[in-house]
Amino acid sequence: MANVALRNVRKAYPNGFEAIKGVEFEVEDGQFCVLVGPSGCGKSTLLRMVAGLETITGGDIDIGGRIVNQVEPADRDIAMVFQNYALYPHMSVYNNMAYGLRNRGMAKDAIETRVQEAARILELNALLDRKPGQLSGGQRQRVAMGRAIVRQPKVFLFDEPLSNLDAKLRIAMRVEIRKLQRRLNTTSIYVTHDQLEAMTLADVLVVMNGGRVEQIGNPLELYEKPATTFVATFIGAPPMNLMSLTDSDIRLPSGAADAGIVGVRPEDFHLSNGSLPEGGLAVELTVEAIERVGAETYIYGMRAQKTGATAISAKPGELPPGEVLVRIPGQSAPAIGARIRAVAARDKLHVFSADGRQRIAP
Amino acid sequence: MENRAIFSGRLLAPLLVLPQLAVSLIFFYWPAAQALWQSFLVQDAFGLSTEFVWLENYVALLKTPEYYHSIGVTFVFSTLVVAFSLAIGLLLAVMANRNIKGVQIYRTFLIIPYAVAPAVASVLFIFMFQPGLGMIARALQRAGIDWNPVLNGNHAMILVVIAAVWNQISYNFLFFLAGLQAIPKSVIEAAAIDGARPWRRFWTIVFPLLSPTTFFLIVVNITYAFFNTLGIIDTATEGGPNAATQTLVYKVFQDGKAGADLGSSAAQSVILMIIVIVLTAVQFRYVEKKVHY
Repeated sequence: MANVALRNVRKAYPNGFEAIKGVEFEVEDGQFCVLVGPSGCGKSTLLRMVAGLETITGGDIDIGGRIVNQVEPADRDIAMVFQNYALYPHMSVYNNMAYGLRNRGMAKDAIETRVQEAARILELNALLDRKPGQLSGGQRQRVAMGRAIVRQPKVFLFDEPLSNLDAKLRIAMRVEIRKLQRRLNTTSIYVTHDQLEAMTLADVLVVMNGGRVEQIGNPLELYEKPATTFVATFIGAPPMNLMSLTDSDIRLPSGAADAGIVGVRPEDFHLSNGSLPEGGLAVELTVEAIERVGAETYIYGMRAQKTGATAISAKPGELPPGEVLVRIPGQSAPAIGARIRAVAARDKLHVFSADGRQRIAP
Repeated sequence: MENRAIFSGRLLAPLLVLPQLAVSLIFFYWPAAQALWQSFLVQDAFGLSTEFVWLENYVALLKTPEYYHSIGVTFVFSTLVVAFSLAIGLLLAVMANRNIKGVQIYRTFLIIPYAVAPAVASVLFIFMFQPGLGMIARALQRAGIDWNPVLNGNHAMILVVIAAVWNQISYNFLFFLAGLQAIPKSVIEAAAIDGARPWRRFWTIVFPLLSPTTFFLIVVNITYAFFNTLGIIDTATEGGPNAATQTLVYKVFQDGKAGADLGSSAAQSVILMIIVIVLTAVQFRYVEKKVHY
C-alpha cells in the first residue's frame, strides 16, 4: 500500500532524444491510474522508469514516501505485468508464481499458501502443473496477473496487458482486472493506447502526448472538459468534431477574443430546422455517408466550405477538414446527398485557442 | 491443416534431394563402407597380397594396451576441450551481450579466431609455448615452472588442449550469443522485478532457456574434440611425448598413414565412428529430455 508520485520526471537518451519531458502527477494509495496516449508518446517508457527498468535523467520518482530513482527494480516493491506476459517458459505455472517469493527467501509453506490463494482468485488451480506453452492467451494473462499478486507488492504496473488478446477476452479481462484491483486495493499504474480501456479502468486518467502530460483527471472530467484539442479528440469515440472559427460559416455568438477552435462531440449534435437555441451552434451539412450500428447512426456530413478556409490537422483516425460527424440515436437517417442542419446547445460547445493547446470556454 | 506444396511430377522431388544424397553418399557412406570393408582385411608389408581375416584386426587391436591408453587420452582431452571451450564461449557471449560501447567491434574480434585453421592455431601456440623461445614458456620458466611440452606429457596435453579450446571458442561464442539474444528481454526484466540478482537470474532463467543451444554445442564440440583436432595434435606434439597426446583419431592417422597398417587403422576408425554414434544417440535420448525448447 503506497502512493506514487512523479515530480518533473525526465528521460533523455544519449543521442539527445527526449522521451519524457517533465512529467508530474501523483497516484493516491489504492487508486487505479491509467496512462493513455498514442504510440510513441512515452507512456511505456514512463512506466518502465517507475519499475526501474529504465534510468531517470531528471526529477524524482517517489513510491510510498521513498525516492526510488537509484533503487533496483527488485527493491522497489512493485510487480509488473508485461504486454507479452514474460512468463518463464521453462517453469510450471506454480513455479512461475513462486519464483519471486523464493528469491525473497520466503518459507516453503508460506509460498504454497500464497500461490494457492492467488490461483484460487484467478481460477488457475487446475493449471498449476502446466508450462506456459500449454496455456491459451487468456490463461497466460492470468498467470502473469498471479505472478504479480502473490508478491503482494505496494504497486502494480501494467504495460498494455490486454493488447495481445482478442476483443471479447479483452473486455472480460478488463472487468476482471478492475474487480481484482478493487478487491486488493493496491495502487496501480496501467498503460494503454486504447481510450475505452482507459476510460473504464481509471480512477485517474493521465493523457500523454509527445513525452508530456496533456491532462490529468477522472475519466468523465476529461470527457466533459478536455483541456486541449488533443485530449478532446483522443478521449471519446468517435472523436470530437473540431471546427476552425476562421471558417466563415462557423460563428460563435459570444466568442472570447482569442478563441480559434470550437469542438462539438458527435453525440451532442441533433438534427433540427427549428430556431437556434440561445448561444448555440448550427452547421449546414451535405450528407456524404451513413453508418448504422443498430442503436445509433453516424452521419458523415460535409460543410459548405468557403475558399481559403483553414483546415484543422487531420491525423489518422480524425475527420478530414470540413467533415462533421453527427451521432444520433435510432436507425432513421437522412438520405445521402440530403442537406441537413445539425444543432448543438451552448453548454455542449468546447472552445479552444487557435493552436488547440488551451481551453477557453466553458 | 498441414501446409505442404504439391509437386505434379514424380521426378522433381527426388531430383531436388539428389544433390544432398549424392554428397552424403560420396563423402560419408562410401568412405565409411570402405573403412568397414578395409577393417576386415590384412595386407602384407609390400601391399602385394590382401587377405580377408574377419574380426582379426579388431581382436588384435583390443589386445594392445596402447589402444586403451589412447582411449584414456581421448577421454581426458575431449572432456577438457568441451568443458573449457563451452565455458569460455558462454562467458564471453554473456559479456558481449550487454549494451556497452563498441560491442560490435568486440564481437567481430571474438569471432575471428574461428577463421584460423586448426594447424595454424597450433603453430601459434607452439611458438608461444616453445621452451626457451616462446614468451609464455619463458614467463612460466621465470615463475619457476619447469615448462617443457616436448618432454613432459602433461605439459603437452595442456598445450594441445589450449590450442584446441582457443580454436573452438569463437564457434561456441557465436552460437551462445545468438541463443542469448533470442531470450526475450522482458523475461529477464520480469526476473529482475521478481527479485533475482544477476547471478541467480543467470542460473535460473538464462541458462535453462539457453539449454537447446548448449545441448547442440555439446554434440558439436564432442565431435570436434574427437575428430577435428587431428591437425592441432599433429602440428603441436605428433601425439607425443610417449603417446601422451595420442587421441584415438590421431592413432588412426598414425597407424594408417605412417604405420601403413590399413587394416588396424580401419578397424580403429570403425570403432571411433561407433563411439561417436553411441555418444550422440545417448545425448539425444537422455540429455534432450532435460532441454527446454
